[in-house]
Amino acid sequence: MSTAPSPAASVPFAVTVNDFSLQVATANGSGSQTANNVLLRSLFRMGVPVSGKNLFPSNIQGLPTWFTIRASRHGYIGRKRELDVLVLMNPETAAADAIAAAPGTSVVYERKLAVEKLRDDLRLFPVPFGELASKLPLPPEQAKLRRLLVNMIYVGVLSDLMGIEPVEIEASLRKQLGGKAKAIELNLAALRAGLDYSAATFPEKLPHRVERMDATAGKLIIDGNSASALGCLFGGATVCTWYPITPSSSLCETFIELCDRHRTDPGTGHTAAAIVQAEDEIASIGMVLGAGWAGARAFTATSGPGISLMSELIGYGYYAEIPAVIFDVQRVGPSTGLPTRTMQGDVLLCHTNSHGDGRHPVLFPASPEECFTMAQEAFDLAERLQTPVFVLTDLDLGMNNWMADPFPFSDAPFDRGKVLDADGVERLRETWGRYRDLDGDGVPWRTLPGTDHPRAAFFTRGSGHDERAAYTEKPDDYVRNMERLARKLETGRALLPKPVTEERPGAKAGLLAFGTSHYGTAEGRDRLEREHGLPLDYLRLRALPIGDEARAFLERHEIVYVVEQNRDAQLAGLLRDALPSCASRLVSVLQYDGLPLDATTVVDGVLAHARPAGGAR
Amino acid sequence: MSATAPAAPKTNRIGLAKADYEGSKSTLCLGCGHDVITKQIVTAFFELGIEPRRVAKFSGIGCSSKTPAYFLNRAWGFNAAHGRMPSIATGALLANPELVGIGVSGDGDTASIGIGQFVHLVRRNIPLVYVVENNGVYGLTKGQFSATADVGSTLKGGGANELVPVDLCGLAIELGCGFVARSFSGDMKQLQAILQAAIAHRGTAVLDVVSPCVTFNDHEGSTKSYKYSKDHEEPLHEIGFVPYFDDTLAEIPPGETKDVPFPDGSLVRFRSVGRDYDPTDKDQVLATLHRSRAAKEFLTGILYLEPEKPTFAKVLRTVEEPLTTMGADRLRPSREALAAILEEYR
Repeated sequence: MSTAPSPAASVPFAVTVNDFSLQVATANGSGSQTANNVLLRSLFRMGVPVSGKNLFPSNIQGLPTWFTIRASRHGYIGRKRELDVLVLMNPETAAADAIAAAPGTSVVYERKLAVEKLRDDLRLFPVPFGELASKLPLPPEQAKLRRLLVNMIYVGVLSDLMGIEPVEIEASLRKQLGGKAKAIELNLAALRAGLDYSAATFPEKLPHRVERMDATAGKLIIDGNSASALGCLFGGATVCTWYPITPSSSLCETFIELCDRHRTDPGTGHTAAAIVQAEDEIASIGMVLGAGWAGARAFTATSGPGISLMSELIGYGYYAEIPAVIFDVQRVGPSTGLPTRTMQGDVLLCHTNSHGDGRHPVLFPASPEECFTMAQEAFDLAERLQTPVFVLTDLDLGMNNWMADPFPFSDAPFDRGKVLDADGVERLRETWGRYRDLDGDGVPWRTLPGTDHPRAAFFTRGSGHDERAAYTEKPDDYVRNMERLARKLETGRALLPKPVTEERPGAKAGLLAFGTSHYGTAEGRDRLEREHGLPLDYLRLRALPIGDEARAFLERHEIVYVVEQNRDAQLAGLLRDALPSCASRLVSVLQYDGLPLDATTVVDGVLAHARPAGGAR
Repeated sequence: MSATAPAAPKTNRIGLAKADYEGSKSTLCLGCGHDVITKQIVTAFFELGIEPRRVAKFSGIGCSSKTPAYFLNRAWGFNAAHGRMPSIATGALLANPELVGIGVSGDGDTASIGIGQFVHLVRRNIPLVYVVENNGVYGLTKGQFSATADVGSTLKGGGANELVPVDLCGLAIELGCGFVARSFSGDMKQLQAILQAAIAHRGTAVLDVVSPCVTFNDHEGSTKSYKYSKDHEEPLHEIGFVPYFDDTLAEIPPGETKDVPFPDGSLVRFRSVGRDYDPTDKDQVLATLHRSRAAKEFLTGILYLEPEKPTFAKVLRTVEEPLTTMGADRLRPSREALAAILEEYR
């Protein structure tokens, strides 16, 4: 074992506890996912706030992939740009990753990669992973497992170097692998090999220590897509249609599993749901509209390219007033773009979707818990307002594992909106028209196909219709209908989820963010106050169109920094449009490189405006 | 509609008059083949005694797709976007399997922009009477060729089609459709029997009905004109539909016939017209279709019939009652179930 401590490792260092960002670089398909999730869960089980982000390629096997774990005793679980610990396993990227590392970064690497020849200012921990794996006692028929077990060896090394308790690693492994006893045994042997090697070889451990704390009790580790699927289950969705597309597929796949378990009569095998893998996204939204028209709670999940294909029918749904719930798990566009990277690039696409006039309610969940609750709210809103409603998440929220608060159970009845039954039709007689505003809120009453009354039926069309759904091309009829639709959106404004605001004494400016931009924004805000003496109020927007609270927030601040993950400042543009008097006060802070927003982007973006060239503004 | 006739009109088995099945006034050109089909649809639903409120009418875009407004005003209609009727109908009929679905489309709506959705609706065997009012041209945009125009057929303003037509019947049979018919709006008797049988069929029934466009495709040189169609129509058989509720309605007596029973007790009775044709023998059907294409024959009748195929809802094992009326008690798992699910994520 020729592992003289590297120069950097002998320099005195400040130990930090439960505060680091660790990145593991492997090749796609090398089986590192299990090890990385075990690592994540072990920290979680030790009570340390944690998040995991998988940066993966559009590829099944071979291309580079990185998994980043952020642990923060302060509870920051957004991406941290500055990496503290690297694990380099992939020969293809090791050199570039090492060269990009900040001085003093701790690097655990496959010894053969010879990182020590590239840098002498890193804290280096060479490990002969291949050699250790080859010594694992594997029967010949399982020799090919060696490649996978290497991953558990680095978990063992990190356990020793950082103080991650083996007992929690073992528990996490058992949870991850379920009842596969043989696999658990092999992985534990690999874990032990890494631990023992590190203990015997590296007298000095990492300055980034893990210690047991108590900040995760009762919390979950879950991805946003699973949470959305659970929301659909508890929100009473019965028709789900989808076309496979990253990063949304797992939402519908999870819904399928949930319906198998919770909606299927074990006796008959019949399921209280119809789930269709459609031929394309156009058919998906068509089926959703057909089902919503018939009276079922229906949804589809897709990403930006799918929304583009659906646009004609979404406009139809808006104009014909059909409930629909559409999840857009955003990714980097256009079309195939960077399909496995994250973005908030579909704000305009969704809010203003389709040809002609139209504005659609858009919900912005920022956490798995909100994916769960907003999915349910989306069905209520879609039926209450009789219109397509978007739930806008992104790859970061949808596919990554998040530490989350437990989900609240709601026993409130479903809001099925204004549906007339046969008695209602009889009572209203001549007064009722499918598109007639009887209540002054812009929302008409509908009947469902099959309602047993000779006057209940109506004809649905995308072309001009009057209040009784009869064909018309009269200018006045068209205008009256469009004005009612605008009134209906006004009604919706008050029903949408309210923003969350936080104020700081002395703050004259504010930050505004939505969805996953919350994490970098909230952390950046703390840093701006702590490190730069700049207190800022904060509003997290949870829906479009904006309501009174967001208006007031924009009006009472001298400057509002609008943080979003796209180039064109899409939300800021909509805000300027909604409140022209505030247009000049909005300053955009943008990130659009496909990576989740980090706090440094927010700090730098705000300071560039607030303290240009070092001076205070 | 408050269409109360002065004298007691003839009523059907559920006590409704024919007027109860009518729709709004047609806005199509005088003499349009589509209006003839509309009338036959009214008659078929009336004769079968189906409650109009149980019927859901679907269409896409085009002249044909306007027609659901012209029949069954007491039924719900959904005039969808161009080529998207199949997906809309799929969603609605999965949501509420008690609805009786009828879709009216055209050759442009189905064979061009909507062919993908047509293919997948047929694959899924969605219980829908799918009528294609086939005139070989785009009428509403003033007479361009559609994808069902025959090779050599000419446009009104000159120019012959040189591309192979899409044979929707052949395609449907290849895709496993259990009810495939071709008819002609000028052959009302045959069309009526086919429509009644199609409505009784539990599965997709594709009806490719040649329906001449009097304005843009009824000229000399067109193979979808009234004259050409009348001169060339060759019925494969005579068809009688015998509903389960009244076998005295059989117009064709038993004898030189073949009966194909439906699961509900109805049956389709075929009488030979000199040709040895078995609509339940797929190999023979496809061979006949292939030969007729080469010979440029216009064969009509129920080309293929296979009444007992599982519908999509059966394949999905969806519950048999409507999903539309289920409440939270049925759809929302309990508080304890949520707690148990969340425990798995700890």
